[in-house]
Amino acid sequence: MKLSNKFKFTGRRQTIIFAASLLLPLSVVAANQFPAPDAEQVKRGEYLSRAANCMGCHTTRGGEPYAGGRTLKTPFGEFVTPNITPDNETGIGRWSGEDFWQALHFGKGRDGSYLYPVFPYTEYTKVTREDADAIFAYLRSLKPVAQTNPPHKINPPYDNQFLLFLWRTWYFKEGVHEPDNSKSEEWNRGNYLVQGLGHCNACHTPRNVWGATQDSKLAGGEIMGTYWYAPSLISPLEAGVGEWSIDEIVKLLSTGINKHAVTSGPMATVVRQSLQYLSPEDIRAMAVYLQSIGEKRSRNEALKKIPPMPERVSKYLALGKPVYEKHCQGCHGESGEGVPGIYPPLAGNRNVTMTSPHNTIRSVLYGGFPPVTAGNPRPYGMPPFQHIIRDNEIAWVVSYIRNTWGNLGSLVSPEEVDSSRGNEF
Amino acid sequence: MKFIVFILLWAIVGSANALELGASEIPDTLEQRVKPCIICHGDEDRAGRDAYYPRIAGKPAGYLFNQLRNFRDGRRYYQAMAILLENMSDDYLLEIAHYFSSLKYPYPQPTANTLSPDETQAVETLIHSGDPDRDIPACSACHGKALTGTKPFIPSLLGLPHAYLAAQFGGWRNGGIMRGQTPDCMSEIAKKMTQKEVNALAMWLPTQPVTGEPAEMEELTPELMQRCHTILSGEGFIQ
Ligand code: HEC
Ligand code: HEC
Ligand code: HEC
Ligand code: HEC
Ligand code: HEC
Repeated sequence: MKLSNKFKFTGRRQTIIFAASLLLPLSVVAANQFPAPDAEQVKRGEYLSRAANCMGCHTTRGGEPYAGGRTLKTPFGEFVTPNITPDNETGIGRWSGEDFWQALHFGKGRDGSYLYPVFPYTEYTKVTREDADAIFAYLRSLKPVAQTNPPHKINPPYDNQFLLFLWRTWYFKEGVHEPDNSKSEEWNRGNYLVQGLGHCNACHTPRNVWGATQDSKLAGGEIMGTYWYAPSLISPLEAGVGEWSIDEIVKLLSTGINKHAVTSGPMATVVRQSLQYLSPEDIRAMAVYLQSIGEKRSRNEALKKIPPMPERVSKYLALGKPVYEKHCQGCHGESGEGVPGIYPPLAGNRNVTMTSPHNTIRSVLYGGFPPVTAGNPRPYGMPPFQHIIRDNEIAWVVSYIRNTWGNLGSLVSPEEVDSSRGNEF
Repeated sequence: MKFIVFILLWAIVGSANALELGASEIPDTLEQRVKPCIICHGDEDRAGRDAYYPRIAGKPAGYLFNQLRNFRDGRRYYQAMAILLENMSDDYLLEIAHYFSSLKYPYPQPTANTLSPDETQAVETLIHSGDPDRDIPACSACHGKALTGTKPFIPSLLGLPHAYLAAQFGGWRNGGIMRGQTPDCMSEIAKKMTQKEVNALAMWLPTQPVTGEPAEMEELTPELMQRCHTILSGEGFIQ
């Protein structure tokens, strides 16, 4: 698969090299002038950086905000985020507004080299120049932090700038968000936030062997290097919210929990670091957009999919029942109904029935708390069970909750439980 | 068709139950909220001497608060806790710290002392007099005369399992990911001790019954306060 992909490129090499030589002069832009800082612009930039969650990646656990140093593991190697405080030596102190625009919009470093798409410029390319300038003004207003971060450890052959260039030619489409005039202003704002600043695609889209997000945008994908599956934001069987009310969508995004679902793992972190700070208008706009792209299930479809259960299956499921009653029922309820806003329901919960059982297994192995937000300041938690029950019991109980109370999902084996282990911590 | 009706009925029964088991049945308490912690830090059993899980009940609140932030921010490492604390705010951690600090669990029975009289003598000297030659203050100078800690940032040395004590000293001495990511007074002291002393201490401390109240911060000398200022400043801690 990998090889055949590579060969596809060789035929185009000539044209690409030609194109490269045309583009090169563009990177020699140097206008080191800074307009006087404008307090209003800085404030807007701060808000936009929250929406784009620049701090989330550019800050290491417990480290100086924006000074970088966080390691992002991917199948292509380990990337260390750079320092983007305005320090002259170790940060972006010497950058011009144009340099910054080149990075955010085209994915080009100040020295003209290509940046790796771990930095989601592939989505930020939709951010307008005005917003980019505001973010830059905000970053320049920060206290400079002198911090040199370790270099990336990129696996060959991905450390080759030429390959990166090929990748870009193939997959990267530069372009500022174009409003769709047939839709409302609110919808367009939501589209901009989801597809641009919010870079939801960076996780919620399947990636191919080249790490490129594929055409089927927001269709769900295994997040590179984190062991989590980010469900489709379109499919009603995953995390598409076409059937939810705007208020429930708003509630999930801004507080991390609603009566249908709860955010966990990387999504809980997105809510804590970014979404909870968005204005009510912006969160609503996102909800309107997400609701519009979410597909709806037809009634028949919902009903016809539950087949009669073969005896061997029901026997396997029966193994999970006592585990559930002993360890889970106290919180998730006798019928998997949960407690709204406190303990998520398991009955009818798409996170539980989704094709990929990964997230459910991970919830049971590691437990967790929903994010602390202004709307849910003192969340209730779920214990980690990896220390308490064995892998086969976890497989039984996960299979059980995936197939009880009207839920329908594949059965899970102890091997699958083991292969869901692993962590970025 | 019958099957479908059954499923539908089932769903209705399910949602009726959901109404019954309303939010009101879940106690609106911190105890209920921190259930995940209790499975490891819970009853006497778990806090028992054989377990690796340290007791946290009754420890000084400032100390617990500092540790919770250390785990969350990667200055102290234990995977299970890093995951649970990942998305918590300082305010919530402070509340959790006060909650566990206020719990009064019974302490485990002291273990039998298997050290030789000479070894015992050496440990007790270290604890109550330190070793000025190596710039090791008496443990009791900071951890209180009764070794039951100094409020609110210095924990008790009693009632801790042997395996836990050994692991903490290992973490401080070897740096690494367990503890002591950033140097502080306790890791500096631990680095000056010999492995033999560490082994003996980890054996001796669990033989001591827990009696007496924690000491007050005023009892620390200014020199020791200065030595531990990064910990004792306890930024963000509210009594
Ligand atoms: C998903 C993680 C992630 C997010 C979110 C993110 N970045 Fe980055 N950023 C990176 C990584 C990784 C690199 C390094 C890329 C490389 O070296 O090829 C990078 C590189 C950069 C650079 C180039 C710095 C240099 O020294 O070359 C700038 C500028 C930058 N990011 C700014 C931002 C801004 C502004 C935001 C928010 C709008 C942001 N980043 C959000 C991961 C991220
Ligand atoms: C860092 C990766 C990441 C990013 C960025 C991200 N998500 Fe997610 N998201 C996930 C993962 C993983 C899950 C599955 C875990 C869960 O259910 O919370 C998820 C789940 C969700 C869910 C379903 C929650 C549920 O339980 O039903 C919604 C809705 C969602 N994301 C919306 C968004 C939106 C909108 C954005 C952009 C603002 C976004 N996500 C950005 C990783 C991400
Ligand atoms: C002490 C209460 C408690 C117990 C006991 C408990 N859970 Fe949970 N469960 C929760 C909470 C709270 C969450 C939300 C956690 C989060 O956001 O990370 C949750 C989340 C989940 C999720 C993820 C749901 C979603 O929408 O993403 C699954 C699956 C789950 N629990 C299954 C189980 C199973 C199986 C057991 C028994 C082995 C169990 N739980 C025991 C409280 C509990
Ligand atoms: C899976 C078991 C487990 C769970 C669940 C757990 N802990 Fe821990 N905890 C440990 C272990 C093991 C250590 C010791 C780690 C080390 O060696 O540094 C520890 C250490 C601590 C300490 C430091 C104790 C000291 O004396 O220095 C505190 C405080 C603490 N935990 C609080 C919590 C809280 C609060 C929760 C719930 C949010 C929690 N723990 C959940 C196992 C657990
Ligand atoms: C200069 C003051 C000082 C002296 C002297 C001192 N300690 Fe400490 N000790 C501390 C502080 C402060 C902490 C809390 C560390 C933290 O917050 O991470 C601590 C923590 C500890 C802990 C961790 C307890 C737990 O619950 O995790 C142990 C064990 C310990 N000290 C043992 C000793 C021993 C044994 C000695 C004597 C050899 C000693 N200490 C001497 C200040 C001191």
